[in-house]
Amino acid sequence: MIERTPVLNLMTHLILGLGLAIILVPVWLAIVAATLTLQEVNTAPVELWPGDQFWPNLKEAWAQSDFGPKFVNSFIVAVGVVVGKVTLACITAFALVFFDFRGRMLIFWAIFITLMLPLEVRIVPTYAVAANALSPFQTILDATGISWLLNTLSGIEVSLEWNLLNSYTGLILPLVATATGTFLYRQFFLTIPDELVEAARMDGAGPLRFLWDVLIPLSKTNIAALATIMFVYAWNQYLWPLLVITDRANYGMVVVQLSDLVPDQLTTGGGTPTWHLAMAATLVVMLPPIAVVIFMQRWFVRGLINTDK
Amino acid sequence: MAEIAIRNVAKTYGKTRIMEGVNLTIRNGEFVVILGPSGCGKSTLLRLIAGLEEITAGEIAIAGQVVNDLEPRERGCAMVFQNYALYPHMTVAENIGYALKVAGVPKAERQARIAATAASVGLGDFLDRRPGQLSGGQRQRVAMARAIIREPKVFLFDEPLSNLDAKLRVQMRHEIRRIHTRIKATSIFVTHDQHEGMTLADRLVVMNKGTIEQVGTPDEIYDRPASLYVAGFIGSPAMSFLPGRVDAGRQALMLESGAALPLPRALAQAAAGRLVQAGLRPETLSLTAPGKGQIDARVDFVEELGAERLYHLMVEDLPLSVLSSEKVRPAEGAPIGVSVPLGALHLFDADTGRRIEPQAAETPVAVTA
Ligand SMILES: Nc1ncnc2c1ncn2[C@@H]1O[C@H](COP(=O)(O)OP(=O)(O)OP(=O)(O)O)[C@@H](O)[C@H]1O
Ligand SMILES: [Mg+2]
Repeated sequence: MIERTPVLNLMTHLILGLGLAIILVPVWLAIVAATLTLQEVNTAPVELWPGDQFWPNLKEAWAQSDFGPKFVNSFIVAVGVVVGKVTLACITAFALVFFDFRGRMLIFWAIFITLMLPLEVRIVPTYAVAANALSPFQTILDATGISWLLNTLSGIEVSLEWNLLNSYTGLILPLVATATGTFLYRQFFLTIPDELVEAARMDGAGPLRFLWDVLIPLSKTNIAALATIMFVYAWNQYLWPLLVITDRANYGMVVVQLSDLVPDQLTTGGGTPTWHLAMAATLVVMLPPIAVVIFMQRWFVRGLINTDK
Repeated sequence: MAEIAIRNVAKTYGKTRIMEGVNLTIRNGEFVVILGPSGCGKSTLLRLIAGLEEITAGEIAIAGQVVNDLEPRERGCAMVFQNYALYPHMTVAENIGYALKVAGVPKAERQARIAATAASVGLGDFLDRRPGQLSGGQRQRVAMARAIIREPKVFLFDEPLSNLDAKLRVQMRHEIRRIHTRIKATSIFVTHDQHEGMTLADRLVVMNKGTIEQVGTPDEIYDRPASLYVAGFIGSPAMSFLPGRVDAGRQALMLESGAALPLPRALAQAAAGRLVQAGLRPETLSLTAPGKGQIDARVDFVEELGAERLYHLMVEDLPLSVLSSEKVRPAEGAPIGVSVPLGALHLFDADTGRRIEPQAAETPVAVTA
C-alpha cells in the first residue's frame, strides 16, 4: 500500500528521524565519553561535547587489555568462521538440492532442527564435546559394546581423546556448525532452473564443475551476505570464548577483553569507574564489523533480498 | 551423424507410468519432429534420449551403441532448451564455448571456433554481451550456437521456438532447417505446434499419452491419419467427425442423420457393416443449396479468415466445419447443403478408433465390429 499525502509523509520522516536518534544518541555518548578524562566522564550532568583525550585513553585501554594480539585472535576466529561457514554451507546445500540420495529429507530436517538450538542453548554439551571432540564416538563405541569387545579380545583400553579447549579450532568449529548458511544457499539453489542444470550436464560438466563454474559465480551475492553476517556474528561472540578459552593470554578475543574494561565492582574495587577507557576501547572493537558491513553492503543487501536480475 | 533406435522404451515416475512401449527408428541425418499435446511425454522422450533421465525399461541405441548407461556427455547429443538455459553470468562467447572449455579444448582453437559459430548464426557483434542484455531471438541463437559448436551427432530441440513471437518463430524455423541442411546431424525437434512440425519435419511422430500414435511424413499423416486421435489433432481447421454404419451393398456410409455418403468400392468392402466414425476435412467439403448436397445441415456461425471463411454447421446436434472461399453469408440457423466428394471420407472404427484402409477388391475379409 503506497499512500501519497504530505501529512503522512511528514509523519513517516518524523518516525524515521526518531528511530535514527534513538540509535545514534548512545553511539554519540560513547564517542564523547571516549574523549574525556576520568574526572570529566564521572561528573554530572553528562558532558555532550567531545574532549581531546581520545588518543591517551585509547593507548591506555589498548595497553591494559593487550589488544594487539587479541585483535589478531579475533580476526583469525572471524575469518575462520566465515571461510568454514561459507564452504560448509555451500557444499551441504549443494548436496541437499542437486542430489537425490537416501535419507536426504532426514538430513535436511536434522539440519533444520539445529536452527532451533543456537549455541547458547546447547552450550554445556558443546563444551563437553570441545573438551574431547572424540567423546561422541567413544560413547557410540561404549554403547554398542565395541570397546568392551576390543578390551576383552586384545586387552586394549579404548579411550579416544581430542581436546579442543584453548585452541582456535575449539573457538571456530562450534560456530561453523550451524544451519543458517545452509538455508540461505538452499533457498537460492532451489531457484536455479532445472534446465540450467541440464544444460551444464549436456555441455559435459560434472557436478563439481557445475558447482564451481555455475553455482558459485551465481551465488556471489549470497556468499557476500553470509560472509558479512558470519563475520559480525563470530566477532561478537562472548559466551563461547569465555567458556572455552582459559588461556586468555594466548587465545583471548577482543570482545571478552573489552568486557573486562567495563567498570564494575570487581575491576574498580570501589574506585572511580573508568568509563572513558571502556568507551575508547568499544569504539575500536566496533570498527572491524562496521568496516566489513560497509564494504560488503552493496552485495550483501542484494544477496539478502535475492533480486539479482 | 548417427542413427537412433528406440526399442520398447518405458518410463515410470514412482508408480505412475508415463510412457510405454515406444519404438522408433530415426535414420542418420533425418529431421524428425515429435508432435503431441501438452503432457503427452514429448520432453520426457527427448530427455531419455539425451540421458538426462533414466529409462525404466527398453533400450536406446545411438549409432549402433546402446547408451542406456552412458552419461549425457558421452552420448554425443546437444540440446536446445525451451527457456534457452543460458548461463546468466557468462558472456555470449563464454556460453557458446563452455562445452569446449569443459572438454579441455585449447584457448586459441576455442576462440576461433566460437567466432566462426557465432558468425554462422549472426551473433558476431554480441560476443561480449551477457544473456540478460539480449533479445529473445538473440538468446535463441546463442542456445543454437552452443549446441552447434560441439558438432554433435544428434541435435535435440525441446520446443525451442515457443517463447518467440510469431514472425520470429517463422524466421527461426527457416534458420533451423538451414542449419540442418548444412551440418546434417540427426535431429529431433519437439513441438506442440503442428504448423511448425509440418514445415520442419522429414518425418513426424505423433504422440498421445505416452505412446506413439503414428510415424510418417507430413503428407502421409495428413492424408492417411492412422487413428481418430491423429485425425483430430493434425490439420487446421480440425477435422469433423460424424458417426454412421457402412452399407457394403449400397457402397455408402449411412449417417445417423439418415444421409448416405458414397464410398469408394474397396473402402466400402473393407468396412462392410461396421460402425464407424467418418472424418471430414473442412477444406475438402463444399457448400451447396439446401437439399442439393449429400448432407443437410444448419448454419451455426461463420468465422471470417480473410481469404476464406470457416462455416461452422450443425448436422442435427453434431458439429461439421466447411472451409470455403465463397463469399456467401447465410443467416444463423439457415438450412444449407454440404457436398462430399467421393474419396474425401476417412473411416475409423467406432470401437478401436483405428483407421480403416480400403482393401484390395478381390479379397474381402469379413470383419465384424
Ligand atoms: N519428474 C517427474 N515426476 C513425475 N511426473 C513427471 C515428471 N516429469 C514429467 N512428469 C509427467 O510426465 C508427463 C509427460 O511430461 P512431459 O514433460 O514429457 O510432457 P510434454 O509432452 O513435454 O508436455 P509439454 O508440451 O507441456 O512440454 C506429464 O504428465 C508430467 O506430469
Ligand atoms: Mg515439454
